[in-house]
Amino acid sequence: MAKNGYHNRIELLQGTLDMLILKTLQWGEQHGYGISLAIRAASGDVLQVETGSLYPALHRLERAGWVSAEWKKSDSNQRAKFYKITTLGKKQLAADYGRWERMVATIEGIMSAEERAI
Amino acid sequence: MSLFSGRRKDLMDEIESHLQMATADRVAAGATPENARRDAGSEFGNVPLVIDVTRERWGWMRMEQLAQDLRYAWRTLKRDRGFATIAVLILALGIGANIVVFSVVNTILLRPLPFKNPQQLVWLAAGHDGGGLSVVTYRADAYEAFRDHNHSFDEITGFSPFYAYSDFKLTDYGAPQPVAGVWVLGNFFQTLGVKPLLGRNFTEEESVKGGPSAVMLSYPYWQSHFNGDMSIVGRAITLDGSQVTVAGVLPPSFDFGSIFAPGTKKDVFRVLHIEDVLQVGHILSLIGRLKPGVTSTQAQAEASVLFPQLRDASKSNDWMYDADTVITGLKDHVNRQLRRPLLILWCAVGLVLLIVCVNLSNLLLARAMARSKEFAMRTALGANRMRLIRQLLTESLVLSLLGTLFGLAIAFAVLTYLAHQGSVSLPLLSTVRMDGNTLSWTLAIALFASLLFGVVPAIKMSGGNLQEVLKDSGHGTSAGRKQDRMRSILVITEIVLTCVLLVGAGLLMRSFLNVLNVDLGFQPSHTFTLRVSYNAPTDAQRGPVLEEMLRRVSEIPGVESASFSDALPLTHNRSWTLKAKGRSYPRDAHQDVFVSVVSPGFFNTMGMRLIDGRDFAWTDTPTSRPVIIINEATARRDWPGESPIGKLATGIGNSDTMVIGVVANIHESSIETAPNPEIYVPVTQSGDTSGSELVVRSGLPIEALGPSLMRTLRSMNPGQPTTSLVPLQNIVDRSISPRRFFAVLVGIFAAFGLLLASLGIYGVISYSVSRQTQEIGIRMALGATRERVQMGVISKTLRLALIGTAVGTGTSFAVAKAIRSMLFGTTPTDPMTFVGMIVLLIGVALLAGYLPARRASRIDPVKAIRSS
Repeated sequence: MAKNGYHNRIELLQGTLDMLILKTLQWGEQHGYGISLAIRAASGDVLQVETGSLYPALHRLERAGWVSAEWKKSDSNQRAKFYKITTLGKKQLAADYGRWERMVATIEGIMSAEERAI
Repeated sequence: MSLFSGRRKDLMDEIESHLQMATADRVAAGATPENARRDAGSEFGNVPLVIDVTRERWGWMRMEQLAQDLRYAWRTLKRDRGFATIAVLILALGIGANIVVFSVVNTILLRPLPFKNPQQLVWLAAGHDGGGLSVVTYRADAYEAFRDHNHSFDEITGFSPFYAYSDFKLTDYGAPQPVAGVWVLGNFFQTLGVKPLLGRNFTEEESVKGGPSAVMLSYPYWQSHFNGDMSIVGRAITLDGSQVTVAGVLPPSFDFGSIFAPGTKKDVFRVLHIEDVLQVGHILSLIGRLKPGVTSTQAQAEASVLFPQLRDASKSNDWMYDADTVITGLKDHVNRQLRRPLLILWCAVGLVLLIVCVNLSNLLLARAMARSKEFAMRTALGANRMRLIRQLLTESLVLSLLGTLFGLAIAFAVLTYLAHQGSVSLPLLSTVRMDGNTLSWTLAIALFASLLFGVVPAIKMSGGNLQEVLKDSGHGTSAGRKQDRMRSILVITEIVLTCVLLVGAGLLMRSFLNVLNVDLGFQPSHTFTLRVSYNAPTDAQRGPVLEEMLRRVSEIPGVESASFSDALPLTHNRSWTLKAKGRSYPRDAHQDVFVSVVSPGFFNTMGMRLIDGRDFAWTDTPTSRPVIIINEATARRDWPGESPIGKLATGIGNSDTMVIGVVANIHESSIETAPNPEIYVPVTQSGDTSGSELVVRSGLPIEALGPSLMRTLRSMNPGQPTTSLVPLQNIVDRSISPRRFFAVLVGIFAAFGLLLASLGIYGVISYSVSRQTQEIGIRMALGATRERVQMGVISKTLRLALIGTAVGTGTSFAVAKAIRSMLFGTTPTDPMTFVGMIVLLIGVALLAGYLPARRASRIDPVKAIRSS
């Protein structure tokens, strides 16, 4: 059976998106809209997080206990659901980041080796 | 409101706040509020889809989707009421029939007997099959010897199956009433593990000779005749003139008749003092409770050794077959002849369910055409295929559950009817009811059915190529053709299944008709029987008393003749041993003959044929020469090749008896087996009766005959209990009732299958006609005649029917072999049945095809071509 587009992207980005969200939340608690803005800004407008990936990811992280959520007023007096990273989430972030670095290094190694071969 | 609405609301709030913040940011950047909101929305994307995929993370989605699917299915079916009604009706009938048959199977075959640890109970039968009750029952001394010496049984008990000896008369409660009783041994209820509802079991004291006489009442009898009066326990009632203490009342769950004497009700159970019957002969049916850990095979091994030893030690010549004991589980004994018929019935009703499912599959496929666009649309809106299949299966499930609900109602009505009509002599039938087993089975077949009929249409429907479906308006495109083929296959399947059912039903029905046509040897029509009592303390008085009674009865206007017998054909029987005097027999020869004690005129009243010699006369008295009349079978066995008239026989009574007549054979113990040797003894000479039945032949209706007959009998004997007249035909009907039961049920199933198959054929042909309306129109415009068009449609029908019956006939041959043992007077390959059923099936198929064919031939070419 064919998966629809949203499902595909979630799977593709799963680990990475989780890591980006947790990283963003390290600077302080934030709502969904804020997180998407922050990721976009931090990536220099390159990464645009789809809401169809963001919200499922947030709810999954909440279920895993890596973030906690709370309804609050924002600076502009708008009621919003704020997510906060938990201690468990911080450990997860560290682990994710470590794995990410190793993967980048490995892939980099492969890519540059190929260049030399040519 | 759903369980999840709180979280759902929370998520929607969260998304709304996201949109508001995004809008606010855009307004701050200079956009107009409308544009800002719109842009925020389009950046966000498909809100419902985001909600859906997010909620899937919660893990509750499946449950909620099910609830949603159920709601949607309910709405869809409500919109399409005609379809839903037909589908539910078909399902209700199919599932209802399955529940009924399962309940019967469950009651008779599966459910343990209503006794304590029933698996430990076994049935002991003496001797060979076919010898009647006297052969399979035990002498009291054989019982005592085996009871005292065996090591396999905790307890052995017994009762007397010669129920005519236990038809008591209750006299101290208003008018004298007949009571159907059973003589049981003192430990009967204790062995079965039946605890009295009120009172106590029989005591040791009541079980031995000279002890007080005691009786147990059945629950229904206690309710109907003693109005549930609790104080009756411990009091004495008068049975046959003697005082008997009511020891207790049995629980409602105990129904002796349904287990040991199917089709009858027994009211009271009276303790038999074994010492009183030591010399009576073979009268006990035995039931044993095995010791824990002992199997019936081990018990059999012991009995095979122990019984002959006990017989030899007893030095009695009367043990007969008691030493050849066969031990079977009590449950196996009760249902032994029904196992196969019931399993066949179960298969037949399973076939019906299959036909129902195939039919519904077909109906759903037809609907698929109408709904294909709906599904294409849903696919376009983002539903994936699994989701659609689930949705469609949910619809099937809803249909199936609705059908089950109505099916349960139908089954409940049918079962209530079955349990309360006493004319079918199947064991345990009166205790048939729905229980936990039935409900689990029902649920299982409902789910199975919904999968079976739902899965093909669901896969077909959901798998349509989107573009093709939206384009296909049904004019001979490949998708339409493919569906046509699928539906044709389903219809052929239906025809095959129906053919098997029809042939099976045909064979059973033919067997049943053959049984009805068997020459009984007597004429049951216009003949009535009534249990009578008479006062004749001495042998010499009996003749004159009965002669006077019969004379008075014969004088009632409208009565053609009246006579007396101690036993009626097809009810109970007993056998004695008869040998031709002076002839030598092998030592182990079976010389059993069934015995009836009758008055002069009995053969005339019964419509039997006296072939040779003379009938009894009132002048055959205790002091004149003892005489008997024998049937042809006895004549052939004991006096082969010579006239038995005037010959002497030994074994009947105390002295030799002379044969004075020969009557034609009648079916004494069963219509379906060959007649057995039988003899008749004049009641004027023998008081050894096993009952007393008045037989009256009269053209009067039973309502008119009953009261005047009763008045006449009371004028002679005021103590004559109020019993009702029974047409002899009822007794015949009861004896064939199991066969009728099976034949009628399978017949109904086959008729239902035929109806469904014709519906299926009609549906497919009619659909293909409407799909080809344009094509037919063009052909007619080009000169095809109406007849030609009609023939085209009919030949398509015929093709389906022929393929179906060809495969079906082959399958039927195999199936018919499996039901061989249930057939009577016909072979499993009976050509009449096969040809008849095939002609019927093809005829019905053509009729179902004719209606659409006629419609096709009336198509107006001009309109048809214009219509698209």
